[in-house]
Amino acid sequence: MFSFCTDPDTLETARWLACYLTTGKHLNLYYAVGTVLLLLAVTAPAALIFGFGGAVMARSRIAPLRWLGTGYISVVRGVPDIAFFLFFVIALDQAFEWIRHQVKCPDWPDPIRQGNDFVVCAEAKLPLSNSAQFWHEAYGFSLAVLTFAIVFGAFAANVLYGAMRAVPRAQLETAEAYGMTPRQSFRRILVPQMWVYALPGLSNLWMVLIKATPLLFLLGVEDIVYWARELGGTKTPQFTDYPHGDWRMWYFLALLIFYLAFTRVSEIVLDRIMARLTHGQATAAGEAQRRARPA
Amino acid sequence: MSCIETIADYAFRSIGYGERLLPRSDFTLCQQFTLIGSGMLWNIYFGTVALIAGFFLAVTVALGKASHNPLLRKPAEWFIFVFRGSPLFIQFFFAYFLFLSLKSEWAFFDPFTSAWLGAAIVLFLNTAGYSGEIFYGALQSVPRGDTEAADAYGFSGWKKFRKITFPTMLRLAWPAYTNEAIFLFHATTLVFVSSFPGSQQRGDALYYASYFADKTFNPFVPYPILAGYFILLTLTVIGLFGMINRRLNRHLPADRRSKVKYRPQQVLR
Repeated sequence: MFSFCTDPDTLETARWLACYLTTGKHLNLYYAVGTVLLLLAVTAPAALIFGFGGAVMARSRIAPLRWLGTGYISVVRGVPDIAFFLFFVIALDQAFEWIRHQVKCPDWPDPIRQGNDFVVCAEAKLPLSNSAQFWHEAYGFSLAVLTFAIVFGAFAANVLYGAMRAVPRAQLETAEAYGMTPRQSFRRILVPQMWVYALPGLSNLWMVLIKATPLLFLLGVEDIVYWARELGGTKTPQFTDYPHGDWRMWYFLALLIFYLAFTRVSEIVLDRIMARLTHGQATAAGEAQRRARPA
Repeated sequence: MSCIETIADYAFRSIGYGERLLPRSDFTLCQQFTLIGSGMLWNIYFGTVALIAGFFLAVTVALGKASHNPLLRKPAEWFIFVFRGSPLFIQFFFAYFLFLSLKSEWAFFDPFTSAWLGAAIVLFLNTAGYSGEIFYGALQSVPRGDTEAADAYGFSGWKKFRKITFPTMLRLAWPAYTNEAIFLFHATTLVFVSSFPGSQQRGDALYYASYFADKTFNPFVPYPILAGYFILLTLTVIGLFGMINRRLNRHLPADRRSKVKYRPQQVLR
């Protein structure tokens, strides 16, 4: 990276570190941090959409839809999230390939499940075996995103469901009295008012989501955990210009500090947003805020 | 091979008794139920040990955080911050590699790198952090009237804490603490997928579930079995904690009792 890095053996500590931390493999680690941020940026809105759908279904008047909604919320909450991550990665992959198989090779004679194998025709493989490395990684990543969205969608659904029930009944009854249809009162009264009730739960969920990002490692994505293990391991002079002992402990300490800083910053930002949103609201927190201010 | 034989062979496989070889082909439902159930022993072990040991540390930490003395308060605050602010997954990795480097210095740390001790310690500290925050919150909301009444009756110091503050704190914290216990049991599934190695294919329920899913390439059987076991475990935890909750609330009129509601928020890590 730097011009003085040509012969690392001769460098003193600070420069050696500067060179060491900017090797090509370390850049991969920094890209992986970007992957985490990308995952958060995509997953948060996706989970919110799943959560909204789940909450609306759980409130539905049509019984099967309601069962589906409440079932979604309670099953995902009742079982360890890691089990869901490991399950959905395979299950979604197989589901997509099965659907493509049905569409692309309708006259395939053999069964798809043959003993311990899952066999679909070559054209139905995802991604196609001849596609570029990038597509394989992108496919793995999007499976991970979808899995995260499904699992965290259930948690978001739980929060939003509670928030919808927290909106005072009188508000909805007034809307009915004004002759609004259920659809109108949902869109104009319920949804705009529920967010302030949902925010504490959603900000908690955001923290949980941040802390769940290292689980990407289990989904086969080359994320920060992967690179920390890779880079931290003992390196001998035969294979690298920067030999060192087992530094994995220090790499994971760095990750620990990274996550602590990340959650701390989020907490401060979310507290500010909450303070702004509760300002002047007819809730307990809003009342406390009003009293705290000297008259 | 009948199902009874399978159970005899594999029921305690996860802790090293019974048949050594895991089934390799022609997996039956019975084998999957037995082995995943056998793995649950580890989840129950980790959860119970961490919960019982963590309870005492959590009360200490909560009292420390509520203390006016900064020498007690600051460490407690940092403890809670570190364990609640970082992912448990990373804590496992860090602790494992920390124990690994300590082991190379002192032989005393030898057992710490195996899951039964090392992971239990991490879970113990982690749950102490989360429950410490719950107990701290409860401590802050102990009604002023209760402590004033205690003062009026001449209670002070240890006796006041033992008879008044502590029971009320526990009662107020209990619903949230139940939640924490449930998610602690869920979190035990992280042990064997993080760095702690499972020797001789002894692992927890998730370890065996993913073993079957990998071998059969069919996730639709082992994971629902795992889910079923965990729902049973969750219901058991809710039942046990509900019993304790009833005991904690037994002096109150029925309408003022706090119900244990299973409303998971806060505690997923």
